[in-house]
Amino acid sequence: MYGGGTTFEGIKAEKKDDPVKLAEFEARIERGEKIEPTDWMPALYRKQLIRMIEQHAHSEIIGALPEGTWITRAPGFKRKMALMAKVQDEVGHAQLLYSAAETLGKSREEMIDDLINGKSKYSNIFNYPTFTWADCCFISWLVDAGAIVNQLANAKGSYGPYCRALDRICAEESFHLKYGHHCVIYLAAGTEIQRQMFQDALNRWWPPMMHFFGPSDKISVHSDTLMKWKVKMGSNDDMRNQFLDMYVPKIRELGFVIPDPKLNKNEETGRWEYTEPDWEEFKRVINGDGPCNKERLAVRRTAEERGRWVREALRSPKTVYQMPLA
Amino acid sequence: MSDALKELIYKIADDQFILGHRNSEWTGFGPMLEEDIAFSSMAQDKIGHSFALYTMLRELGEQDPDTVAFTRNANQFHNCIFVELPNGEYDFSLVRHFLFDTAEALRFEMLLNSSYEPLALLAKKIRGELRYHTIHANTFLKKLGSGTEESISRLQKSLDYSLPYAMGMFEPSPYESELISEGIFGGEEKLREQWTKKLRK
Repeated sequence: MYGGGTTFEGIKAEKKDDPVKLAEFEARIERGEKIEPTDWMPALYRKQLIRMIEQHAHSEIIGALPEGTWITRAPGFKRKMALMAKVQDEVGHAQLLYSAAETLGKSREEMIDDLINGKSKYSNIFNYPTFTWADCCFISWLVDAGAIVNQLANAKGSYGPYCRALDRICAEESFHLKYGHHCVIYLAAGTEIQRQMFQDALNRWWPPMMHFFGPSDKISVHSDTLMKWKVKMGSNDDMRNQFLDMYVPKIRELGFVIPDPKLNKNEETGRWEYTEPDWEEFKRVINGDGPCNKERLAVRRTAEERGRWVREALRSPKTVYQMPLA
Repeated sequence: MSDALKELIYKIADDQFILGHRNSEWTGFGPMLEEDIAFSSMAQDKIGHSFALYTMLRELGEQDPDTVAFTRNANQFHNCIFVELPNGEYDFSLVRHFLFDTAEALRFEMLLNSSYEPLALLAKKIRGELRYHTIHANTFLKKLGSGTEESISRLQKSLDYSLPYAMGMFEPSPYESELISEGIFGGEEKLREQWTKKLRK
């Protein structure tokens, strides 16, 4: 989620799709064509895409909260201006993504209802608190970096509106990454207290960062199909490995210690070896029992409830629903 | 002249800085995503404008913008109480945004002719951005002001609550006559008259 670690539902008793149409659909994807909203698509394809894009959108608005809380306390004009623009971008991404998901037939209201009722998930990492400014810097740099790894892969997927949204999102995220990196370099080059502040943040955030890409994928027919349809673009482990490849050296370069003594790249296999993160904790948090789940959803729920009269007043009886351009 | 000028710039900058801060609190909390984004844009503009003004104060011998904006104590701020009030519900934030930005746009219109050139130049630059703020305020006020029974009564209530506070935006400076006679600023009284005229339309 946030483009990765998406949970896919096993669907057993799907209606059989028309074999001729299905073959045609698969051939198009094979040729690298994009599927557009009005094109024929299998029911499972539609369902999984809605789920994935929706979770991604939710992750953007919920993800705005742990950083948003630092806007009013950001240290100085430069950081404050940049952080405001950055968090605004995240909300903008949610807007783009909800539009992309709406093209598949689920409205933004339905999606947000499912979010606040706990039916629909978002990226687990945003259920952890940002105690200090350094936590906020960790998110801007490394969580966004992880998101980019996922999103660049997903941008090569088969559904046109989602790919186009992701292209725009990745362009903006790359600025976030530079901003976040700059914030961390500043702390790294600062006083002992500033260095320690980031080290503490790294210690706190490393386990959820490892969770971020999701548990190891189980090989299944189901996941093969989604790969063939270019809904799922790579295994969770591949994404995690790619992230470690790119960012472990950068973190170490700044003199910080990653809190996992086993973390090491096996040069023969090209894969990173690490202490397996606590997947029981992951499950517990994803099911609602994390440090900030209740708070995050309560904020969203309050915003929805307090904003209802505004949305109702803007909805004139003459308003006709229009499918968004995505 | 320097004290009068500084007092004026502090007042304008602090109003923008504090309201920008309040606007930014809507991030992630708006009644819909589009309004989240709009209030965040306005917050960025307001804080950016205040930065430009604090930079101007630096030229006049004050401390650097970060020190001035982030380390003063509450009683050293020159803003009106209106911009400080908590955001409350969206209706109050919208009404405050409308009343404040209408006045702000007029204030910078007046400052276009300021005898203090840096202020006149800044006014020229800021004017374009403020236009979007007033378009936003007018659009939403019109839409919600003719929406449902609830939206209309909420706006009316917030307007009744806000108007007395809004008068604080026009509190004259201790150096008012100097500012006017030196041609730096046309004065709060004149601004208030223009603002009242504009609202009546």
